Amino acid sequence: MARPVVAVVVFPGSNDDRDAAWALGALGAEPVLLWHDEHELPPGTGAIVLPGGFSYGDYLRCGAMAKLAPAMSAVRQFASLGGPVLGICNGFQILCEAKLLPGALRPNRQLEFVCRDVAVRVERADTPFTSRCEVGQELVIPIKHGEGAWYVDEGRFMQLGARGQIVLRYAGGDDVNGSLGAVAGVVNETGNVLGLMPHPEHAVDPLLGSADGGLLLAAVVDAAAEHAFALSRR
Amino acid sequence: MKATVLVRPKDGILDPQGEAVQGSLRKLGFAVSQVRVGRVIDLELEAEGPNHARMQLERMCSELLANPLIESVQFRIEDA
Repeated sequence: MARPVVAVVVFPGSNDDRDAAWALGALGAEPVLLWHDEHELPPGTGAIVLPGGFSYGDYLRCGAMAKLAPAMSAVRQFASLGGPVLGICNGFQILCEAKLLPGALRPNRQLEFVCRDVAVRVERADTPFTSRCEVGQELVIPIKHGEGAWYVDEGRFMQLGARGQIVLRYAGGDDVNGSLGAVAGVVNETGNVLGLMPHPEHAVDPLLGSADGGLLLAAVVDAAAEHAFALSRR
Repeated sequence: MKATVLVRPKDGILDPQGEAVQGSLRKLGFAVSQVRVGRVIDLELEAEGPNHARMQLERMCSELLANPLIESVQFRIEDA
């Protein structure tokens, strides 16, 4: 079977786009870099990754400018049709700013840029991103961010918890950045858009300390194949 | 028409930057009990009058300049 196409959107200031593409390629996908100025996704796109970095220099607020890029209209449309979209770090910030995901990412509580491995607990295994994990499984994945303190108001937080939209939490009481409820990753209501602060693309080989990120990305590749197949039959 | 937009962290929202600035001001010997750090955006826009400018500014704030979940905004329009 042909490798599923996963589009990796490149904004000015993205810097993990190639790492993400490399990791996806190593896990069986056909990664295609998509410049932010493009209006259309590559043909046959089965999933989209918004990579980490500092799009538009983090001007105004992280992700605030990137949400207006032409490629984001295509991302929005793809997501509305149920296509799997993964936002990593700055990609998570962009998805929140674009209101494709709930909440906002604030400067870290300790005002420091954090760069280290963290353990994240999988809260749900029935999403296109965690289908290769088990509930309660802890994944070791690096983080590297200055603005990762996820926030929503209390009412919304309770609602998201009740709906099972909180998919990843920092494990073991590790207060990584002041994130509300130790949230490391959330999905949208329909479960096809995930944003997370940790970088799975940097944890796909045991030589680099952990291959746990590969579980999340391989699941995205699976989901891309399924989605592309479903689209081809419409 | 000139306008100034003030964007502040909403009340009750943690502002670690403000806390750090407060700590530094206290080190300088100032009895400062709270600091919140926001953002000032000065702009010049074409508008048919103050009301038209106000409408545009409201849209600018909700669509880009501020994130209503965590920030509050005020703006000032200079007629001259």
